[in-house]
Amino acid sequence: MKEVIHTPVPSVEEEEYHINMGPQHPSTHGVLRLVVSLQGEIVKSLKPHCGYIHRGMEKMCEKDTYPQIIHLTDRMDYLSMHINNHAVCLLVENALQIEIPERVKYIRTIMDELCRIQSHQLWWASFGMDLGGLTCFFYGLRDREKILDIWEESTGARFLQSYYTPGGLMWDIHPDFQKHTKEFIKYFRKKIRDYEKILSGNVIFRERSRNIGYMSKEDAISYGVTGPSGRGSGWSCDIRKHHPYALYDKVEFKEILYPEGDTLARYQVRMDEMYESMHIIEQLIDNIPEGDYSAKMKAVIKLPAGEYYQRVESARGELGLYCISDGNKSPYRLKFRTPSFSNLSVLDHISRDLKIADLVAIGGSLDLVIPDIDR
Amino acid sequence: MDLEKLKERVLTLVPEAELEENKQFLTFFIPAGKLHATAMQLKEDEDTSFDYLFCLSGTDMGKYLMVVYHLESTKLNHTLVLKVKTGDREAPAFDTVCDIWRTAEFHEREIYDMLGIRFTHHPDLRRIFLDENWVGYPLRKDYTDEVNIVEL
Amino acid sequence: MKEKDFRDNETLETFKRTGEGILLTTIDDIIDWGRSNSIWPLTFATSCCGIEMMATGAPRHDFARFGIEVYRASPRQADVIVVAGTIVNKMAPVLKRLYDQMSEPKYVIAMGACAVSGGPFYYNCYHVVRGVDHVIPVDVYIPGCPPRPEALLYGVMQLQRKIKLATITEAVKIQKVK
Repeated sequence: MKEVIHTPVPSVEEEEYHINMGPQHPSTHGVLRLVVSLQGEIVKSLKPHCGYIHRGMEKMCEKDTYPQIIHLTDRMDYLSMHINNHAVCLLVENALQIEIPERVKYIRTIMDELCRIQSHQLWWASFGMDLGGLTCFFYGLRDREKILDIWEESTGARFLQSYYTPGGLMWDIHPDFQKHTKEFIKYFRKKIRDYEKILSGNVIFRERSRNIGYMSKEDAISYGVTGPSGRGSGWSCDIRKHHPYALYDKVEFKEILYPEGDTLARYQVRMDEMYESMHIIEQLIDNIPEGDYSAKMKAVIKLPAGEYYQRVESARGELGLYCISDGNKSPYRLKFRTPSFSNLSVLDHISRDLKIADLVAIGGSLDLVIPDIDR
Repeated sequence: MDLEKLKERVLTLVPEAELEENKQFLTFFIPAGKLHATAMQLKEDEDTSFDYLFCLSGTDMGKYLMVVYHLESTKLNHTLVLKVKTGDREAPAFDTVCDIWRTAEFHEREIYDMLGIRFTHHPDLRRIFLDENWVGYPLRKDYTDEVNIVEL
Repeated sequence: MKEKDFRDNETLETFKRTGEGILLTTIDDIIDWGRSNSIWPLTFATSCCGIEMMATGAPRHDFARFGIEVYRASPRQADVIVVAGTIVNKMAPVLKRLYDQMSEPKYVIAMGACAVSGGPFYYNCYHVVRGVDHVIPVDVYIPGCPPRPEALLYGVMQLQRKIKLATITEAVKIQKVK
């Protein structure tokens, strides 16, 4: 009788395999490819592959004039478009040391905060949808349409407006702007309680997000994770408080910090930020002073030679613009320090030893917008 | 720490540092060989404690290639800018700072992708945005691409 | 779209060249009615136009009432791919593979200026494909940056009119050639 030779077969738990959450996927919020190395259902490591929407904006900026760059920044992080425009306008205005009218500062701050609310509404809608609660998608987008209506009245477009220019605004706001904004805030204060009832109090949601994706404060600082994701780990990094611009040093608002560092903390930060944004708007909406909607600017804008750095707080984190100018009408080099790029780098570290379903929750809580990563 | 003391501290650590005048933040050019040690010292020391690298960018200045590090301290609220440069366009290389600030991993890959600057001891230096077999470094000033770029 | 334009069948008839008997055109009509009123798209959105596509699915401009009931995540189950957003050189092979994996009959809508012709990224850009029709054949082009939800609905209705031109005999001929 022949001898049977036994070769040890690895048991199923020991095998590691790679799967590809490819660029086309319903819950990667854009074209991000994640090559996930799994053992069973546990994530062992993760490699993000970016570049599927890399449009070469930094190279294009070297040939475009400063007003044209505003249109590019709109499309870079398309959910905080006013805030991105604000960064370019402030860069030019501070470099040329132009004094902008008070009316412009009030309107810009109100528009920025509406932009932040709108971005968080869309984030809430898609986060709920990723976790399986399709109702959140419909509620979030329904309420977001009200902000888009306000914008369409004043600026002419629902989305990607390019409303700010260096020196001020494209044109003045609509006479009904204040009335409609106040109505929206009254309406949304009631609706946001519905959001809390649907998702924040839901036991399945809490089980899927508590203690998932823990990020310590030291990790957040080392990886450069700013914005609501960093504040969910207890790191105070709000540019509106530390390096105020526009009217943020004159209004009163709290910086929301939650020390727990898990997905639920990052979720709570964004929900509370919507309340704070509404509070800021309420302080400003009745006091918009009369005046010009733009300072006098030359037709061709040339920045004096030198280096300039401008930081603003976008809905995702700290947006930085580093400009090296040689005196021409286009910058010599313009570098965008985008928040989602640094926020993505921490995804590998915080999703070790969790299940793949948790990876979707963590990715949603970091609020990544992929063109912001790739520019 | 106020600006004067910070200036003195950097000059003590790196006597060859060159101060750049009239910049928005306190800016120094330091020799490339001293980069890693200086950066480590600036992070570890209690009275400087630069733990947040908020911008890491590379530029082709024509004559030389330059990498700029924008540092901030979250505890002491001061800001510092360090710059290193190299005239070597064929094989430029600097030391990595990934072990000091983890955010540098992605930023250094981006600089390698766009400008071709290598970072020694980087854990995973490969292109991040463009394909692996892309030829050329787009952000260099002498980059031309007749196929893809349509000039205005 | 005005209803009389949507129901304008004389223009469609001049494009139809079947000349088949009454029975087959009735079957054609039934099949086309079914196909055009339930086109299910693939979840594919690269950049900003994707948000306007999501807003079209939202309660205000609900496009489920046009038959786009669900989004299918898998290309094998989808009928139409709405290319919303810029396509770059790295993404083009992925898009081609997705298009090849879809089963007949399949349609493509190019939504937004970037998909139509490269859009704001036409000049001075080294990585953008100037128009998605360099990669896959397109049925309907929708201009705009981004196009309003109403424009996307108009484009979908044009696609529905185009589907009504299809006949089963042509499909049979294609199979015989293969």
